[in-house]
Amino acid sequence: MAPPKHRRPGFSRKAQYGLFVTYVVAIAGTIVAALLLAISVADPAGFSALRATGAEITAPVARMFSNVRRSAQNMNATVAAYINAGSQNAALQKQAEVNRKKLIEAQALRVENARLRGLLKLSEEGESQVAVGRLISSTSSSTRRVATLSIGRNFGVERAQPVRGPSGLIGRVIETGPTTARILLVTDAENLVPVMRASDGLPAFSAGLGNGTVLIKPLNLGESPFKVGDVIVTSGNGGLYPPNIPFARVIKKTSDGALAIPYADPGNTPYAVVIRPYQGEARAAQQAVAPDGETKEVAE
Amino acid sequence: MKIPVTTIRLPTRPVREYESRFDREQSLLKMLAIPIASVAIASMITALPIFTKEPLLPPLGLLMFLSWRLMRPGLLPVWSGVPFGLMDDVFSGQPFGSAGLLWSLAMLFIEIIDSRAIWRDHLQDWVIAAILIAAVLMGGLWIAGMAHAAPDPAVLIPQIILSILLYPLAVRICARLDSWRLAT
Repeated sequence: MAPPKHRRPGFSRKAQYGLFVTYVVAIAGTIVAALLLAISVADPAGFSALRATGAEITAPVARMFSNVRRSAQNMNATVAAYINAGSQNAALQKQAEVNRKKLIEAQALRVENARLRGLLKLSEEGESQVAVGRLISSTSSSTRRVATLSIGRNFGVERAQPVRGPSGLIGRVIETGPTTARILLVTDAENLVPVMRASDGLPAFSAGLGNGTVLIKPLNLGESPFKVGDVIVTSGNGGLYPPNIPFARVIKKTSDGALAIPYADPGNTPYAVVIRPYQGEARAAQQAVAPDGETKEVAE
Repeated sequence: MKIPVTTIRLPTRPVREYESRFDREQSLLKMLAIPIASVAIASMITALPIFTKEPLLPPLGLLMFLSWRLMRPGLLPVWSGVPFGLMDDVFSGQPFGSAGLLWSLAMLFIEIIDSRAIWRDHLQDWVIAAILIAAVLMGGLWIAGMAHAAPDPAVLIPQIILSILLYPLAVRICARLDSWRLAT
C-alpha cells in the first residue's frame, strides 16, 4: 500500500511540529504504561477495582450468553437421552445395583466415623456454603487461568473463599466486585492446593500447569508413588480448602510426581458453590500475623 | 475524482441545510467510532462464556488493532497503542499495563518499519503482524510471570499459530468495516 501522506509534512512548520508531538506523546504514553505495569507487578491486587468494573459492565451480556449456552447443552442432553433410552436404562440399573451396596457400606462408615469423632472430641467444622453462582466467563486468551463468577459481594462472597462445583474443586476467590467475583482456577500456575491420595491419604501438593492439567507432587522424596487412575482429593491442610473435596484423576506418572486432570471442568460445570474457608478462625489468626497480600503464599 | 478520506479530519466545508445528492461528506461520528468500537468490542470478547483449558482464544483486540494499523496506515495515531492496550488489560486478566506497554511498543515498531519498507503488500503485512502477535503473546507471558507464577512458554504455541492464521480474517473484517465507515 502507498505510504500515508502524513509522514512527509512538507515545509509547514505547524505540520512538522504536529508530527513531532505525536511521537513525543507515543513515547511518553509507553513510559506511563510501563510505570502502571510496575505498580501492578508490585501490587497484583492494585487495579482490582478497575477489573471488577470491567467485569460488571460485561456481566449482563455474559450472563445472557451463559443462559443460552446452558439451555443448548440441556437440549443436547435431552435429545441424547431419548435416543439412548434403552441402553442407558440397562446400564443405569446395573450401576444402581452396585451403588446400593456401596451406599450401605458408606452409611456404616459414617456412623462409625461419627462415633470415633465423638470419642476423640473433635468438633465438626463442616463445609458451610456461602452462596451458589455460575461461572460466566474466563480469561481464555491470557496465560492466567481466572474465571468470573456470576455473584459477588451482594451474596457475601469474599476474598480467599474456596469455590467448588458438583464434580470437584474449582478454585478460590481472588477479587470481588458488587455482583461478580474473580476465581483463580486450580489449573493456574499460582494456585497451590494441598491434596492427598484418596485411597491411602498420601499427602501431596498440586500446582497448575496452565494447560488444563495439574502437577501432583508428593511431600516425601523418592520415586513417584502414583499410578494412573489414582483419585486425588483435597487434604484440608493449611485450613483454606476443606478436606475430601474430589480434586483430580492421575493420567500420567512422571519422575517426581504425576500429571492429573481436575474433575471440575470450568466450561462444563452447571453451578459453582462458594464455601467458607475450612478452619476459618485458625486462618484468621494466621492472616493477622502474615497477611495474604504482603507475604508470598507458599502453600495454603 | 474525489480523493478518499483515509485520515480522521474535520469536514472542510460548512454544513449544508439540505442533503446533497453528490459529493457528500462522510459522517464524522462513523469515521471516528467504528475503528475505536471495533477494537474495544474485540477486546471484550473474552468476557463471553468461552472456557478453554489452555490459553487458546486469540487476542482478538490485538488482531483488530494490528489490522487497522497495517491496513490503513495513518488512521490510528502513533500513541493509540497505550489507550487501546490499557482497555484490553481491563478484560484480559493480564497485569494492568501489560498490553498498554506491549501494544505501544508494537505501534512504534510498525512506525519504524513504515520508514524502511515503504511499499508493502498483504503478505509482508501478514509477516509483520505474525512477528508482533508472537512477540506480544510471549511478552504477555513474561510480564504475567513477573507478577505471578507463570506456566511453561510451550502452552502459548497453539494460541500463537491460531492467531497468526486468523490475521487475514481480521483484515477482511476491518476492510468491510472501513468501506462502511467511509460510505457516504
